[in-house]
Amino acid sequence: MADKLLEFLQQLLNGLSQGSIYALIALGYTMVFGVLRFINFAHGDVFMLGAFAGFYIGPKTLALFGTGPSYPGAFAVLVVAMVLCAVIGIVIEKLCYRPLRERPKLTVLITAIGVSLFLENAGQFVFGANPQSFPELMVDRPLELPESWGKLSALTVTVSQVLTFGVTLLLLFLLRFIVLKTKMGMAMRALSFNPVAASLMGINNDVVISFTFGLGSALAGAAGILTSIQQPSIDPLMGVNAGLKAFVAAVLGGIGNLPGAALGGILIGVIEVLVVGYVSPTYRDAIVFGVLILILIFKPTGLLGTSEREKV
Amino acid sequence: MTERSKILLLIALVVCGVISYAIGHVHVPDDQGHAVTLIAKYSYFYDILLGIGISIILAAGLNLVNGYTGQFSLGHAGFMAVGAYGSSWLTLTFGYVLGASAFGTTTVFVAALIAGGIGAALAGLLVGVPSLRLRGDYLAIVTLGFNEIIKGVIQNAEPLGAQRGLGGMEQHTNFFWTFAFAAITIYVVLNLVGSTYGRGFLAVRDDEIAAEAMGINTTKYKVLAFVLAAFFAGIAGGLYAHFKQFIHPEGFNFLRSVDIVVMVILGGMGNTAGVVVAATLLTILPEFLRWFAKSDILNQAIGFLYQAMTPEHFAVASEKTKELFENRMILYSLLLIILMLTRPQGLFGNFTGKRNQRLQ
Repeated sequence: MADKLLEFLQQLLNGLSQGSIYALIALGYTMVFGVLRFINFAHGDVFMLGAFAGFYIGPKTLALFGTGPSYPGAFAVLVVAMVLCAVIGIVIEKLCYRPLRERPKLTVLITAIGVSLFLENAGQFVFGANPQSFPELMVDRPLELPESWGKLSALTVTVSQVLTFGVTLLLLFLLRFIVLKTKMGMAMRALSFNPVAASLMGINNDVVISFTFGLGSALAGAAGILTSIQQPSIDPLMGVNAGLKAFVAAVLGGIGNLPGAALGGILIGVIEVLVVGYVSPTYRDAIVFGVLILILIFKPTGLLGTSEREKV
Repeated sequence: MTERSKILLLIALVVCGVISYAIGHVHVPDDQGHAVTLIAKYSYFYDILLGIGISIILAAGLNLVNGYTGQFSLGHAGFMAVGAYGSSWLTLTFGYVLGASAFGTTTVFVAALIAGGIGAALAGLLVGVPSLRLRGDYLAIVTLGFNEIIKGVIQNAEPLGAQRGLGGMEQHTNFFWTFAFAAITIYVVLNLVGSTYGRGFLAVRDDEIAAEAMGINTTKYKVLAFVLAAFFAGIAGGLYAHFKQFIHPEGFNFLRSVDIVVMVILGGMGNTAGVVVAATLLTILPEFLRWFAKSDILNQAIGFLYQAMTPEHFAVASEKTKELFENRMILYSLLLIILMLTRPQGLFGNFTGKRNQRLQ
């Protein structure tokens, strides 16, 4: 009995670190949906680009911090990847979505699917289609839990899991600060409330939208690095599944709602790990989509979302 | 309209029959001088031809949902999978109940095709009723999700070969059945769109709220379009399974769905003639690109472009360019983006475009 409980706890822990990655990506979906009311299909692929940014700049950046893997080096790689992804996100928005702002939603959606497919296939072309091993940015090892925890000390917790969770929490608080306490955050909230009124109040909608894309893409880039530290095998299609699951997470938490996206991400991560552990690994994707369909049927606004009345 | 279209359908079916008989029975000498049928001699082109027919059925069917009704389904390959696996299972299990004669097996094949179509339509009903309450982006993701779920169920179904795929079907699919079903699909779609139902579809697309206010049961029309599209996808899946003789769950993934969506968008959503042309073009395109990448034309072109290069660099550049041309998805995705930015009504225009112009 105790063994089973221990195993369950272990699964929960693994789910938590997987879930924090989904949470980071889901925040990008939710923020963009908040300001533009559309789903940025290409967001998952920005996550992939984050991982590949780490792959290419990782060794060089590490070399600046002495030889071999180190924590400051890993942190520097994380920051650089975030900045690169932010730039990519802003460029994508400028080139592909901005010209379509007044067009029907369907047009924008198809464009977003096109951008996503382009990034995936151009990625396969440029980076190669086979999985590549991510450079070791920091030494990852299981933490030794104190004996005084009794049976719990048998749990395996790795440094990267703790870091993933910690960095995610840090970024969440940073995001919360930006959205709630800064002028730009206030503009973002105003825009998501009513774009026309916001621009009448002197807010430059284009700048705010660019900023939102940059912020969301930076978080996706961070997720790309964090996930590659845990599972050091990256490929150009890694963003497809992660992106879709993060989207499900955003919907589960209530799309447009920031704490909801974080909660949804953690939940999806835990559900996925539990399904793999207790049901069957082949159902891993199907179950997540099952959750999406159930939530859309029974509570389309998500766990924390509020309903929006449609105006004619 | 209906009388004329019925006659046209009949003519199309007869033409299909005659062509099918001719290419199966006219003998021509092959390279060694033996007399072989046209199909045997030009088997490569025959395969592409059948692929075109199947694409037409898929795209014309999906056009009902994505084009005429203005919904965005991104899981068409899932229904294709239901039809493919359903009909394959039926022919594998009941293939010889009517005897081993050509008539017996063909009857079972056609019955299995239709049963596969009905199975897919039922799946469409199951998917459509809950998800068509959603709009735009959500519907796209939910249909995509259902595509994954159908794939996941097949991957876990032992009688259907699970992860190994399902093989051993006989090649029943021929020119006649493929293009007969393509003709029937086009006939049904065109007639439906011209009928009261079609007006309902268009009303839902143009303005759902206004349509509802006019007393149109929008859910009914959306589900109807969805179920019909799923039925044709099921038929196409059955034809595909009995043409390739081997099916695998991964063959019905998200990218397959995107292929079909691209056909509909390229042809112009809600423009059946355009979609048929686009389905034909996009089925030929990968083959053309493959040929082009292998041919000398490309090498000469690069040679001209990269004259200053060293031989090693030239080899790399040539290899990369070939790879670029063989990867049709890069081209598809660019096509999608550019089309949406410059010509959202599709390559071949669209009658609503004209109508809107007239209104303005």
